[in-house]
Amino acid sequence: MKNWIIVGVTSAIAESVARIWAERGYKLFLVARNENRLADIAQDLKVRGAASVTTFAMDANAFERHQECFDAALKSMGRIDGILVAHGTLPDQKACETSFNVARSEIETNGLSVISLCTIAANLFEQQRQGDIAVISSVAGDRGRQSNYVYGAAKGMVSIFLQGLRNRLAKSGVHVTTIKPGFVDTPMTASFDKGGPLWASADQVASGIVGAVDKKRNVVYLPWFWWIIMNIIRHIPEFIFKKMKL
Amino acid sequence: MGKPYVSWARYPYTSQQAVDLQWRTDLLPDVPSVLPQGNARSYGDSCMNHGGLVASTRFMRRFMDFDPQSGLLRCEAGLQLADILNVVEPQGWFLPVTPGTKFVTVGGAIANDVHGKNHHLEGSFGNHVTQFELLRTDGSRRLCSPTENTDWFDATIGGLGLTGLITWAELQLKRVPNSAINLETIKYQDLATFFKLSEESEATHEYTAAWVDCLAAREKLGRGHFLRGNHARITQPKPAAAKLKLAMPIDPPLSLVNSLSLRAFNALYYNRLFQERTFATVHYDPFFYPLDFVHDWNRMYGPKGFLQYQCVVPNETSYDAIREILQRIADANSGSFLVVLKVFGKVPSRGMLSFPRPGATLALDFPYHGNKTMALFDQLDEVVVQAGGAIYPAKDAHMKGEHFRQFYPRHDDFKQFKDPGISSSFWRRVMEENT
Repeated sequence: MKNWIIVGVTSAIAESVARIWAERGYKLFLVARNENRLADIAQDLKVRGAASVTTFAMDANAFERHQECFDAALKSMGRIDGILVAHGTLPDQKACETSFNVARSEIETNGLSVISLCTIAANLFEQQRQGDIAVISSVAGDRGRQSNYVYGAAKGMVSIFLQGLRNRLAKSGVHVTTIKPGFVDTPMTASFDKGGPLWASADQVASGIVGAVDKKRNVVYLPWFWWIIMNIIRHIPEFIFKKMKL
Repeated sequence: MGKPYVSWARYPYTSQQAVDLQWRTDLLPDVPSVLPQGNARSYGDSCMNHGGLVASTRFMRRFMDFDPQSGLLRCEAGLQLADILNVVEPQGWFLPVTPGTKFVTVGGAIANDVHGKNHHLEGSFGNHVTQFELLRTDGSRRLCSPTENTDWFDATIGGLGLTGLITWAELQLKRVPNSAINLETIKYQDLATFFKLSEESEATHEYTAAWVDCLAAREKLGRGHFLRGNHARITQPKPAAAKLKLAMPIDPPLSLVNSLSLRAFNALYYNRLFQERTFATVHYDPFFYPLDFVHDWNRMYGPKGFLQYQCVVPNETSYDAIREILQRIADANSGSFLVVLKVFGKVPSRGMLSFPRPGATLALDFPYHGNKTMALFDQLDEVVVQAGGAIYPAKDAHMKGEHFRQFYPRHDDFKQFKDPGISSSFWRRVMEENT
């Protein structure tokens, strides 16, 4: 049995991970903005077999509450074995281009708040000399593209931060997993046409995350074929790339 | 957006605009025409709303409460039967009624008032629903049960999603000593024997159904394997579930089901049993859900998709009508691997538009061959009409409006409960087009 914090559990992927962990009998500490939704999810996870479920309503952008969140988790579960950071938004790229304030707020949500949470987790886990940090980044962070480079910049920042963190914590027995999903069929991506073979279900990605955490993988692309796609995209020379419509 | 919302038989194959509901507090979208949808396992167009929207509950799939003492389960409408089994089976409970796939949602099971191999004892799914909440497009919510808003309750069970969206439901599960099944398989020679076996098994076996060799003709017509079973005793060891799952990862360019493969399969499958009777204790999965073993098996029929045909004919006419139908299918050299024949019992279905009623029911699929398939269906429909039977909307993409109205005489009562903001391709086909 393990004790996990899940931040952003109202996202379809994170909720699906929580279901798998609940069936394994884990203790879970759920964090999201909306109290009623947290209660709905908590009830579901209890029926599915979670040893205990505690909820904590918090906006990830309330940086000043992040420490309080960890304190509450430690108090309710007694010990923290891992944290899955899964919250995020899919920004309106056009709005980010016309307003820096929108861009900044998106970068705070998708980038800085993740870094704040991981900083606290890293220090705690380093001290207890064990723990898993798993973060949902994105393939969008692998290369800036005109269609969503603000989101990409935030996710790229997260990916590089985690690289350094993994390096720092390796000697303390703390593991960091960077998760890079491709296109996932969730309510967050409702505005897309999901007809193609590149789309994966939230359940598929969730079981990939659970497997990656179990196997202590460093960086995973989900599904795996995104590793090939992103390798190709990363290697297109810039003078060609800048003229492409991606 | 398209793919996740296409109906199971992939005919008609048209893309479908959709929204996902994620929370019980969500409202139906404010558009001229929307249709609640579960996991889109209905075969034809009853779960589709071409030209309008579907409101999918596939992300609204949470347990709300389960009491292992009483077996009462409350959950959101998008929860699938597979998830329920995962949780309740280890605690000694089972679904009171289950259809042939566990990948249907609770909302869909209610909206189609689905049935299973125990219909002769337990009736259909709606008979075990204790209450649900119905959300209308005007935002109103009604608690419906056998004692409250009963007219809405009866309209919504089997109501094909047309009365509103079921947000959550409560079911009474069944306590079983063992989820495994003590199964007896009897290789029988003809249709008369099928009816004889059905009758003698009704009181002794909780589950009955037959697989029929649909290509056997003349004196062998209706031959097949009669399956009957009861839950195993508490002391019997549970067989393990099969680990290996198969999948159809691609769309083959042609249907893999054709008259050659069908003839070979049916002959081999029928003669797979050497003895006339075999006994086995089997896991519930292969017994109730043989097709779930092959993920995306519907792709086997290739890009044109397939059609299901399921009818029921009353007991008085059932022998002749089923004989006639099987003869016409054998003559057409068509049909499928999995042909199921079962005798329904007398437990009345609650729904105004429920399909199950006393009589014999036959279900099978056909690869879609354009007019040839449609012409065969027209012939089969005539037999069903003459026999005083009915066709199952959840499986249908073909029946004529006049036939639907004859099969479901309460359609006029039903209209007052239909949500004016809700429609489906099926409903328009059978009620609004001049056919």
